[in-house]
Order: sequence, then C-alpha cells, then structure tokens
Amino acid sequence: MTAPLLDARLVVDRGTFRLDVPVTVAAGEVVAVLGPNGAGKTTALRALAGLQPLTAGHVTLGGVDLDHPDRRAWTPAERRPVGVVFQDYLLFPHLSARDNVAFGPRRHGVDRRTARRTADEWLTRVGLSGYAGRRPGQLSGGQAQRVALARALAVAPALLLLDEPLAALDARTRLDTRAELQRHLTAHGGATVLVTHDPLDALVLADRLVIVEGGRVVQEGDAVTVTARPRTDYVARLVGLNLYRGHAAGHTVRVGDGLTLTVADRLDGEVFVAFRPAAVALHPHRPDGSPRNTWPATVVGVQRHGDNLRVQLDGPIAVAADVTPAAAAQLRLAPGQPVWAAVKAAETNAYPAT
Amino acid sequence: MTPAATDPAAGAPVRTRRRPGRVPVALLVPATLGLVFLVLPVAGLLARAPWATLPQRLADPAVLTALRLSLLTATLATLLCLLLGVPLAWLLARVEFPGRRVVRALVTVPLVLPPVVGGVALLLVFGRRGLLGEWLDSAFGLTLPFTTTAVVLAEAFVAMPFLVIAVEGALRGADPRYEEAAATLGAGRWTTFTHVTLPLVAPGLAAGAVLCWARALGEFGATITFAGNFPGRTQTMPIAVYLALETDLEAAVVLSLILLTVSVVILAGLRDRWLTGP
Repeated sequence: MTAPLLDARLVVDRGTFRLDVPVTVAAGEVVAVLGPNGAGKTTALRALAGLQPLTAGHVTLGGVDLDHPDRRAWTPAERRPVGVVFQDYLLFPHLSARDNVAFGPRRHGVDRRTARRTADEWLTRVGLSGYAGRRPGQLSGGQAQRVALARALAVAPALLLLDEPLAALDARTRLDTRAELQRHLTAHGGATVLVTHDPLDALVLADRLVIVEGGRVVQEGDAVTVTARPRTDYVARLVGLNLYRGHAAGHTVRVGDGLTLTVADRLDGEVFVAFRPAAVALHPHRPDGSPRNTWPATVVGVQRHGDNLRVQLDGPIAVAADVTPAAAAQLRLAPGQPVWAAVKAAETNAYPAT
Repeated sequence: MTPAATDPAAGAPVRTRRRPGRVPVALLVPATLGLVFLVLPVAGLLARAPWATLPQRLADPAVLTALRLSLLTATLATLLCLLLGVPLAWLLARVEFPGRRVVRALVTVPLVLPPVVGGVALLLVFGRRGLLGEWLDSAFGLTLPFTTTAVVLAEAFVAMPFLVIAVEGALRGADPRYEEAAATLGAGRWTTFTHVTLPLVAPGLAAGAVLCWARALGEFGATITFAGNFPGRTQTMPIAVYLALETDLEAAVVLSLILLTVSVVILAGLRDRWLTGP
C-alpha cells in the first residue's frame, strides 16, 4: 500500500479544549469529519488549511511537512497546495463570479487572460457559464456554493477542504447541490476532507467517515461499518439506531437496569447491541410467543417520523420505536402510557465494544 | 366615544387614527433650535454677500491664488494622510501589539489639540532649530517652515485622525475571514491587503478621505502658526478670510462664500457616490 497523500495528526490546545485527531487521506479519497457542534471539526479544518497553527503533531501532504512544530516546519496558508470551500463561501463581494474563480490562478502567477479562461472553464463545469459576470450578491445560495467550489478547485489543490459545504442551503437546493458536489468530488484527483454535522452529507459524499466528539476520534470507518455498528450514542442517533453497551455471555447480554437481551450473535465480554427503531414492537399486554426480548416501558413522547410515528420509551433501557399510525391509534399511545416493548433476537446486532 | 357605525351622518369613521410616532415636543424644540443655530450663520453670510460686486471680486487674482493653493494643499495633505494613515489604521485594526491602546489614543491627540498648539509643536520639531528641522537643514539644506510644504504638513497633522479613525472603523467592520479565504487562494498579506481588504473597506476609506480633505481645506490655526501668511505660497483661503476681515469685510464675505460653495459642491458630489449612509 502506498503512503497516504495527506498524513496528519492535528493537535491544537485552546484553553480547556484540546483537539487531537489523526487524519490520513489517500489521493482521490473523500474523508468526512463528522461530529456535533463544538467537537473541533472546524479547528481541524483550519489547522489543515494553515489558518490555525498546530500545538503538536504534524500535517504532511505529499511527503512535505506543512506544519510540524517539533521540526519547526511551517508553511503559511498562502503557500499550501490547499483549496478551501468555506461554510458561508466567503466569495469576495467586490469581484464578479469569474474574478472570484480567477483570483486563485492569478495569485499563482497565471496571467490575467489565462486565469479568466480557466475561471470560465470552471464556471462551465459547475453549470454556471451564464453567470460569470455576476457579483456574489446576485447569485442564489446554490450558485454561490458552486462558485466557491470552482474557486477552490481552480488552483488544482492537492488537498480540498470543505467546511459544512451544504449547511447554508435550503432543503430543496441541498438535494441538487449534494448530487452535483458528489460528482465533482469524485472527479477531484487529490485528497478531500469534508467537515459536516449532517450524517447524510457524510454518507453520500465520503468514502470514509471520521467521527469526532470532544476533540477526539470516537469512531472511524466506511459508511457501511459506521451505520451498522455505531460505537457512541451520538453516532447511533445520527444513523438512527438504538444502541446499548452491556456484558455478553453467549447469546445473552445484560444491558441497563438488570435487563437481559437475547441476541443472535454469540459473544463474550463487553459488547454493543444495536437494533433499529422499526424492529421494536409495542404491545398493550405482555406478549407471548416468538419475540424473545420483552420488557415493560412507559411512553415518553411521540413524534412523526417519515410515514410512521417514532415513540420514545422509558423503562429499563431508553428506546426509540417506530410504529405505524394505525398501530399507534390502536394502542392509544400517549405520554405516560405503559406498554410492553418486544425485539426479536434476530433483529439485534451485537459486536465487541473493545 | 361614539363608534363610527352608530353615527349615520358620518361618511368616514369618527375616530381618526392616531398618527404613529408623534415627535415629543421636548425633542422637537431643541432639535429645531439646533438646526437654526447651524444654518443661521450660513444664511447670514448669504444675506451680507455683496452680490452686485461679486463678479469683479471673484475675478480678483489674489482670490484665485488663495483658492488654488487651498485646493492643492488640501488634496496633497489628503494624499499624505492616505499614504501614512491607511497603514496605521490597518495596524491598529488587524495587528495585536503591546501598547495598541496607547497608540490609538495618540492618534486622536491632534483631534483634541487646539490647532495653534499643533502649529507650535510642528515648529518645535520641523523649525530651523527644531529636533528634525536642524538635521534636515544641515543634511539636505531643507527648511520647512513658512513654505507650501509646511502648509501641507500642518493640514495633514490636523486632518489625519479623521482618516485613521474612519478607516480603522471600516477595517474592524470588515470580516477578516475574507482575508483568510484570500490566503487559502495563494494571496500573501500585501496582495490580500491591496486586492481584498482595501476594496472591502472602500466606502469607509472614501468617507475618511472626504472628511480628511474637508478638515484640511478649513485648516487655519496650525497653518498660520507653522507656515505663516505669504500670498501664493502659504496663504490659504481661511487665512485670506481672516486677514480680509481686518481690512475689507466684503472681501472676507466673498472669500467665505467661495470656500463654502467649493466644499459643499465637492462634499455633495462625493456623498452621492460613496457616503450613502442610512
């Protein structure tokens, strides 16, 4: 295996907060750094861009140390082969779309005419050939996002950084822009790091996810692994799973308040058990027969969730259950209502916690 | 109170709507007085103007000389202020350094200093026996006091704070993340300054320059102290007005009118382009 294009360990001390996140990205790979607000995602991105010096660790791109405090190596932002798409784009308001895109090539020593031609090519590539003369103020949110992407790519960066690239868009525009963005990220030959708090952006756009909480990586892997085997409550919530940590002995796992779940997998020791809210059935009385895991619970809340209703339950374990509106009506679900929850062993997924 | 519907004689509702936002008398009266106080002297100037002899007086070469000198020196002083004041404003707005608050206070000193005192201070530094003046004289044979250059220096000294304060305010208002965006696109600090920062603060810069120019045009105290009163060399319009006042009141009124007209015309012309405040 060849060395990754980007090899970094980002350590930034900021008062009480410490970021310590290793990131490696291969050429052509898209890595999403996913995490809640305040997790340190933007700090990590700024460190990669050279807008925030590292306290320790290193940023090595294509074998060159861009920032390595131990070796006193430091390359300022303007000399890094890095392109950034900022969250609110930061298109220069006094320049046209064309001149915004041409700004990078011009600073890299390209003459005005060539830079403008490059800019026009990029604007055509992002589908904005007719908008070259417009000022950022005259562009819609989706168009501004595409100009920002073109501007970042026009300098042919080895590393492309995107900070919440779709967060500023409304839902409708986001859908189109996400598909469009995916196309451009696939075409980009360099490494790409994408920072987002939206799991859908991460799952659609990235080859690999790095999940950061409180300045640390809590989980890393491809979309399939992360969605099937979450390791923190935050990730479980993102991917919409019920997640519990417990102690396994064979096919049984003790979780929560003395509740024992029977699982399909055979494991011993510390494990996670995950199951989908749709796998949870609700009954007015204690059910008999096939569902092997049952426990009494109390309804805490009911919300719409797609075509179904998502019921939050309290009990030995807090659990989310998805039921059809018909079933909800039959059960007369309301906060405070006692019910029985049931999950088949075959619907659970247990995996080692260590 | 009678509801409108029960009154068949009334075509419209009896109750008139209360006018929204009625101005309190306690504010209206002093506001009006303030306006009168500002406008009355100008009106008085217009009322006492010798309209009949105005064309001859305007054609007086002495008047034109003073006007030309005033416009020239005010413009040069503004250029000097831009050259030195914009970097100073940038430093104050963008760079953290020890004693920044002290520097900011120092910049505003000429603002509160009586201009005559400023003129004396300039003489003490640039005069023939001054701290720098003596060296300039011996090294380059340069004497500044009582020259046109001295007029420019005096005006710049008094007017520069206006520019620095306006530009620094504009810089603080400009989002520094645009500068970061420029850096990620390969722009060094100087290129970022000229290509991103300056265009972003252009309105504030223009406003500062106009204020600076207006202040320089009206400068009197520091100029007469440091540069004296030599027609064609250091006699600017305000000085000409002051001197005319002692000999020929009508001439003083005419000169004042010209100064007033020139500043109003130029300020109004620039205002529409740049100073579009709320």
